[in-house]
Amino acid sequence: MSLQTMTPSQPASLRARWSEGRNLALLLSVGAVALISVARLISDADRLTSSTTIGTGLRLAVPIALAGIGGLYAERSGTVNIGLEGMMTLGTVGAGYAGWQGGPWWAIIGGIVGGILGGLLLSLATTTFGVNHIIAGFAINIIGSGVARFLANVWFTTDEAGAAGGSITSSPAIVGDLGRFSVPILADGPDLLGDLEKKGWFFLSDIAGVLKGLTKDVQAETLIALVLILGSIYVIWHTPFGLRLRSAGEKPSAAESLGVSVAKMRHIGMAISGGFAGLGGAVIVFAGADQYQQDQVAGRGFLGLAALVIGNWMPAGVLAGSAVFGYALGVANSLDSGISVRGLILAVAIGLALLTARAVIRGRYVEAAIQATVGALALAAYLKVEEVNNQFVYITPYVVTLVFVTVFAQRLRPPAAEGHPYLKGQSL
Amino acid sequence: MADTTERPLLDRLASKFGPNIVAPVIAAVVAIAVSSLTLLAGGYNPVRAFTEIGKVLWSVESLILILNRGAWYYVAGVAVAVGFKMGLFNIGADGQYRLGALFAAYFGAKADLPPVLHVPYIVLIAVLVGGMWAAIPGVLKVTRGVNEVISTIMLNFVATGISAWLLGNYFRREDGTLLTATKVIPISGRLPNFNRILSSIGLGLPKGSVLQGYIVIAILVGIGYYILLFRSRFGFELRVSGENPAAAKASGVNPKRMVLTTIILSGAIAGLIGIGPLLSDPTHYKYSDQFPFTLGFTGLSLALLGRNHPVGIAFAAIIWHAIERGTQPLTTKGFPQEIGKILQGAFLLTAVIVFEVMQRRSQREAVRDAAVKSSVQVEAAPA
Repeated sequence: MSLQTMTPSQPASLRARWSEGRNLALLLSVGAVALISVARLISDADRLTSSTTIGTGLRLAVPIALAGIGGLYAERSGTVNIGLEGMMTLGTVGAGYAGWQGGPWWAIIGGIVGGILGGLLLSLATTTFGVNHIIAGFAINIIGSGVARFLANVWFTTDEAGAAGGSITSSPAIVGDLGRFSVPILADGPDLLGDLEKKGWFFLSDIAGVLKGLTKDVQAETLIALVLILGSIYVIWHTPFGLRLRSAGEKPSAAESLGVSVAKMRHIGMAISGGFAGLGGAVIVFAGADQYQQDQVAGRGFLGLAALVIGNWMPAGVLAGSAVFGYALGVANSLDSGISVRGLILAVAIGLALLTARAVIRGRYVEAAIQATVGALALAAYLKVEEVNNQFVYITPYVVTLVFVTVFAQRLRPPAAEGHPYLKGQSL
Repeated sequence: MADTTERPLLDRLASKFGPNIVAPVIAAVVAIAVSSLTLLAGGYNPVRAFTEIGKVLWSVESLILILNRGAWYYVAGVAVAVGFKMGLFNIGADGQYRLGALFAAYFGAKADLPPVLHVPYIVLIAVLVGGMWAAIPGVLKVTRGVNEVISTIMLNFVATGISAWLLGNYFRREDGTLLTATKVIPISGRLPNFNRILSSIGLGLPKGSVLQGYIVIAILVGIGYYILLFRSRFGFELRVSGENPAAAKASGVNPKRMVLTTIILSGAIAGLIGIGPLLSDPTHYKYSDQFPFTLGFTGLSLALLGRNHPVGIAFAAIIWHAIERGTQPLTTKGFPQEIGKILQGAFLLTAVIVFEVMQRRSQREAVRDAAVKSSVQVEAAPA
């Protein structure tokens, strides 16, 4: 029996599941906006749903989502990818060099190539030689940062690069832009959403602000990322290749018995993983001053990993996780962020109160207790503090992830064979 | 039984010198080859670059610097190795020592104590804070089954944020300077250095060099680690839990308590890392945003390179900083000093790969030997 015949892709059920997922996502997003607009009204943190905050959040979410989806390819094929950070770093230096030489589109390609090389190096260690995945991934992070610094020294300190503004810590600026798009009438031209946003009405103006933030001046790299991520959902879940890839991460011995080369799948998975992370690096390059800068990845590979974990190793979950992290960072980067963050903490407290009620109704008392405790802490913080220090915003995504894995530890389901080196003929 | 001449070179070397010697040597050769090729590709002369590295290293100043910094690294390596020994990945050593050092610096500078008490007081704070921070992933693991890799990675970032917030708002010294730092630890709280002893026996150090007293702490940590792990019942149970959790449980070891104790121990040792710069390094004696960070990650590399062995980690620590020290002035000589990072990275990755390959070979060999022996017994048995 070939794997193709096992692919569960009847069009009807596929469509049904899509619409089910879409409804759920829509419901959750509207609910979140409603929650935040309540918090906004109570706390006077008007920037919480402003289109600029949302736009910044979107731009910050994209590299995290790319890293997260990269991690998804790796871990679905059975390799734990702690090395995302290093692959993104390789992506930034690749994008900096290729972009300086050939313009923005080459920067995208340079970033992807840099990331793929990092990914293949990791799978050489883990898949070919069977090294522990955490150890190898950790080594990739060291190598990625080292190689990036070395290349920056070789590439960007020449006379030619120096004349163009390059130095040992930064590449010459990439000339040109990939383009930005605004949806006409709604966000541009008459700018209907903008008008509605300025009214300050409860919920409606919040929705308008969010939609405008998502549709105004959207960068081309954001669209590319979106297409690739949605395409990934299809590839991983609805193609024979995706099934083989996942089988290598769930039950490699079974996959092998059906003629799938586990090693090949894991190499390919890691290469794609690195490519996504590298693309994320390129997006980071464009998000700054359009140039490679030393250490500019700044932990976003690990944020992608966190999004992957709280997303329960599912693409929609990864997207949701990245959106939450991106939004939190967007709020932190907004004007008078101290007030906005305080409002956000109130939203978290209200949300946790609702979740606690839900958990109690469903009889999950441990979950309820943890959620109630954290919610109470958030409420106390809201009541006690006038403006929240930015350091707390910086740690928010990590605390969220910690609380999340603590609450849902028993319900998270990583790929079964993830992290286990597999040698041909082994029973795993 | 097998004819040695037929076996591949790797196996013969391994059986002669032991894999713990052969693997690092192979890794070093590969690392030098890789970085030479990298230099060549970048248009540099590798022979001249390595000659420059050798020249820098061949001096008393370099030796002192390597010993000083190597001592910090060594303690970091041991902290991580304790966890590794029972299969725990304490990636959080970084956050543990960062918070430990911050609290120790703040309360240590505040206290007014005689020297015999002051130093132990500061050390105790660092160890307690490090251990408590490490208890978080431990508790999460044993009560909720949270993977310690994920939780310690997250907690590192949290520790970074919290320490920056505490330093900036509460622990900062108020003397009008722009420097974001705690108060300097008074002399009664510092560790003495070796300079006077060395000069009294006729070994005067070059001007400006200080052989730090922290080396004694590092050596004590190493001896303590050896005794605890390889000469005590607790250490035996810890190692068994790491190698065969099922066997450990069957013989009465409580796995949850073992996890919690080990990770707290690892964090407590990690707390000692920051004591080096804090009590022994004249350029610090305080916690600031210039404090040496990321030593916890260095510790991870060293535990891997040193195979979690007290002596192995010491060699790894010395080699690691020798690479850093040797390549540091390269830029002024016209070579990219980042080659040091490539040397380190290639060394680490090759070493873990070669260790893995050799371990697999020896396992395969053990299985084959066992099979041969049992077949011989079957033949010899009376029909």
